[in-house]
Amino acid sequence: MPFIPLTPAERQQMLERIGVTSTDALFEVIPAGLRYPPLDLPAGESELETGRALRGLAARNRPATELACFLGGGVYHHFIPAAVGALASRGEFLTAYTPYQPEVSQGTLQAVFEFQSLVCDLFAMDVANASMYDGATALAEAVLMAQRITRRSRVVLSGGVHPDYRAVTATYLDEAERAEFVVGAVEVRDGALREADVAALVDERAACVVVQQPSFFGTLADWTALRAACDRTGALLVMVVNPLTLGLLKPPGAWGADIAVGEGQPLGVPMSFGGPYVGLMATRQQYVRQLPGRIAGIAHDVEGRRGFVLTLRPREQDIRREKATSNICTNEALVALQVTIYLSLMGPDGLRQAAESCYQLAHYAAAQIAALPGYTVLTPEPFFHEFVVRGPRPPEEINARLLEAGILGGLPLRRLVPALADCALYCCTEMNTRAEIDALVARLRAL
Amino acid sequence: MAEVTGRQARPPGLADLRQTPEPLLSELSVADRPGLDLPRPDVPAAPLPPAALLRDSLPLPRLSEPEVVRHFTRLSQRNYAIDTVFYPLGSCTMKYNPKLNDELARLPGFAGLHPYQPEETVQGALALLAALEAALAELTGYGAVSLQPAAGAHGELTGLLIIRAHHRARGEAHRRRVLVPDSAHGTNPASAAMVGYETVTLRSDERGNVDLRALEAALGPDVAGLMITAPSTLGLFDEHMLAITEAVHAAGGLVYGDGANMNALLGVAKPAQLGIDVLHMNLHKTFSTPHGGGGPGAGALAVTAALEPYLPVPVVRRAGDRYALDYQRPQSIGPVRAFGGHFGVLVRAYAYIRRLGADGLRAVSEAAVLNANYLRVLLQEWYDVAYERPCMHEVVLSGRRQKARGVRTLDIAKRLIDYGFHPPTIYFPLVVDEALMIEPTETETKATLDAFVAAMAAIAREASDQPELLRAAPHATPVRRLDEATAARQPVLRWATPGRGHGETGA
Amino acid sequence: MTPDDRRYSKEHEWAKLEGDEVVVGITDFAQSQLGDVVYVELPKVGDQVQQMKVMGVIESVKTASDLYSPVSGEVVAVNEAAVSEPQVINESPYDRGWLIRVRPDNPDELQQLISAAEYEALTSEGQ
Repeated sequence: MPFIPLTPAERQQMLERIGVTSTDALFEVIPAGLRYPPLDLPAGESELETGRALRGLAARNRPATELACFLGGGVYHHFIPAAVGALASRGEFLTAYTPYQPEVSQGTLQAVFEFQSLVCDLFAMDVANASMYDGATALAEAVLMAQRITRRSRVVLSGGVHPDYRAVTATYLDEAERAEFVVGAVEVRDGALREADVAALVDERAACVVVQQPSFFGTLADWTALRAACDRTGALLVMVVNPLTLGLLKPPGAWGADIAVGEGQPLGVPMSFGGPYVGLMATRQQYVRQLPGRIAGIAHDVEGRRGFVLTLRPREQDIRREKATSNICTNEALVALQVTIYLSLMGPDGLRQAAESCYQLAHYAAAQIAALPGYTVLTPEPFFHEFVVRGPRPPEEINARLLEAGILGGLPLRRLVPALADCALYCCTEMNTRAEIDALVARLRAL
Repeated sequence: MAEVTGRQARPPGLADLRQTPEPLLSELSVADRPGLDLPRPDVPAAPLPPAALLRDSLPLPRLSEPEVVRHFTRLSQRNYAIDTVFYPLGSCTMKYNPKLNDELARLPGFAGLHPYQPEETVQGALALLAALEAALAELTGYGAVSLQPAAGAHGELTGLLIIRAHHRARGEAHRRRVLVPDSAHGTNPASAAMVGYETVTLRSDERGNVDLRALEAALGPDVAGLMITAPSTLGLFDEHMLAITEAVHAAGGLVYGDGANMNALLGVAKPAQLGIDVLHMNLHKTFSTPHGGGGPGAGALAVTAALEPYLPVPVVRRAGDRYALDYQRPQSIGPVRAFGGHFGVLVRAYAYIRRLGADGLRAVSEAAVLNANYLRVLLQEWYDVAYERPCMHEVVLSGRRQKARGVRTLDIAKRLIDYGFHPPTIYFPLVVDEALMIEPTETETKATLDAFVAAMAAIAREASDQPELLRAAPHATPVRRLDEATAARQPVLRWATPGRGHGETGA
Repeated sequence: MTPDDRRYSKEHEWAKLEGDEVVVGITDFAQSQLGDVVYVELPKVGDQVQQMKVMGVIESVKTASDLYSPVSGEVVAVNEAAVSEPQVINESPYDRGWLIRVRPDNPDELQQLISAAEYEALTSEGQ
């Protein structure tokens, strides 16, 4: 049997030592009629056969990384330096457990501490945790955290928050009993997408107001007035960010965010059909004990050496149990490591260059598409690297034609934003070339 | 350095690392150090957004690629891992992580897929998801499976939301209590609280079962259900399992199964047949996906056919030989994660199941249970075994005997490090005094098990003759007995950034 | 060893009448069970507390426990030294490690608590 080293002779010795004739005796506690149920599953395979079968499944896909990709919407095709995968796949990182025994986990713990520090530097915030599952669940937990801190239940969300993030937050909150959602409107007015000013929706009943920068539609906004509204009403400001854009954009801490969350996938993590990714979460020092998730901190040993430990543990499920800040246990340590390695390699200049490239290529593409007869770019300036396009045909049809030419078109918005069912969200990253964009525009023109 | 013996080869040189502390990235950073270069786009430059929207500075560390590679390689050498040592953490199932699985997950045809790609371009991926769901459903006896939860606790949250939806749909929203055994993992009551339930703790009896009288007394019209771990965190299969689930159903409640310990039951019992309505499995435990130092995991959730309409959206649907994602699910609790499940983890679990097959998976559980009982009978010479019964895939010891000599389970655990083993789980479950929970898994050789027993025996003797050796352990690691109290009183949770201080309280 | 100039609760808090105020803290048994105290969350001056209701939290490295007020009344003082250097609770639980001072609604409530001798009996049978 694969991966089971026991020999028949060893098995026999062990059974004798235990004092039973077979392993059946060890399963007598299972009710007789239910023991050893038949399994309608194929027999095991050799490594060769399993490899062949899964490679066959992989070959039935057309990965975005092998097409000209203009698809975004929260997950992005970005450059991943080779050293990220090489280092993160080392067995000492990959097959280690949660660092509950710090003396034999200093590798993991120092990497976690470095990850937290980098998130704080990128976000310009005081303290970050060791990760959440993804950006959407990080947002859900941020909203729960705001409710705990303010003891209020109303949640105001900008219409620019990713609709699936809002849906996950709604799953976590309990609109039937423990939360009330107020969502800002989004409409097309004077030929452009307008997201309602959420500051007007914030009052003393709001636990928090959630905004996203860049918004789901790609736009950028000035949040100074919103921060003032939060100061007046006691609502917390929660910002959802794309960490790669922070190579250029003003970070949430500088906007005065109380809690900031984001999806770390753009920072060196493969798209991998949806996961695993990593949720980033940071807050002000004064709220650190309300922060869910694991946190690593500095500690010194009996000989005065610096080391790292998981700390502030009484927030967590294994100690506070039903009074924990969250139920989260296993999180995304290895993916956080990939982010840490990516940021170490890119440095501030590399990250800024990546962000600028996304911005420039997207603006070039948007300008070219806006100039095409029959096409409108609905996202107004200022925007970052995504923009909404309305074309002469349904976006699904346009994308089918583009796919024939090896191009993955923008995200049709039918499911996520039904009012924009005739539109698609286009994205450019540093992985797109001018030639690819010109080919896209040529194809769109020909439709 | 204290003398250690044992036939097991030790990972070399951890003690040497004490002389060479690894600096933080911020301490290695040097101004103007060049980082990665990227090509500049050759498009006309558009003006950047207004300055009010841009950041003033980006204080990230600056390192070259060779430095980065050395830094993280050296950090990795400071870890224990399954790839280097025996790692008998109870309820964690630290089994060997097959390398084939990693290679397959990295294939561009999997790793390069955007979750929003058109369905016709991801038929292979959808077929894999459908096949994995079917295999997990068959192993556990359920009608439907969701692969969306990102971890076991996430699965618990999802399962409890489904239970809540079920009761609300029947006009029984007044069922606000969930029963949880005192041996349960902390995520159980934490998940229940997140869903808005009040938890009622049920005591265990002297044989480690849920106390039936306590259960009967607690059941009532306000109870939504019971959360049970099978086998329990004590490594024991409840002797009254069918009576328990029948009682809960008779009272109108549902049974949630924490499947973290499935490594004892593959091909041995199907949880659905035990009366469990909703079950999560930890793919990063039972199904060999790598633990990664704390994730990513995956918490597959299986439900009876009656509860299938409540599953998170989207659901994989098959029509002939075409697969699709179905978002038209009016009774769904909603998505619990954006972009679906942890596909990169799911690929590994599917490869593992194919590799082992029906016969292999049953052999896994038989060998896991054999190994744990072997340790139980050998270790009982020196340690109190918490319960006088055959165990399943893990055994719980109590450090009571050693405590009488002033040595605690913590000290035993730290001393095991000097013998080249990762310690077992300690101080859990809470119902056992000075608990030591040991799960060998099926991927260990008899020689490793014997070496572990020899080390535990030596430590028991040291506890009698040289207890100070244990209290000062470990001796052979880069850092020793970190002061966690001071770390918690004055938390320093990030490095000092130029111009921003350390993040300490008041800074 | 348990000071008999004060009353005790079964939740391991003590309450000492000083003039028209009651001083509240945790017992030596409690601090030794907790281990090194790392953090304590207390009510604010002006808050109302209720007998046997949760008034705060005390944390050590590995555990957290709710604090239950032994009397009802208005909080008139909070020991900032215990908040900023919680180790004082371990070092001097009956003296410098006091937690809050309360103006009691009803001093007779102290009679519902137990004596030093009864508290000692309680904690020794638990051993």
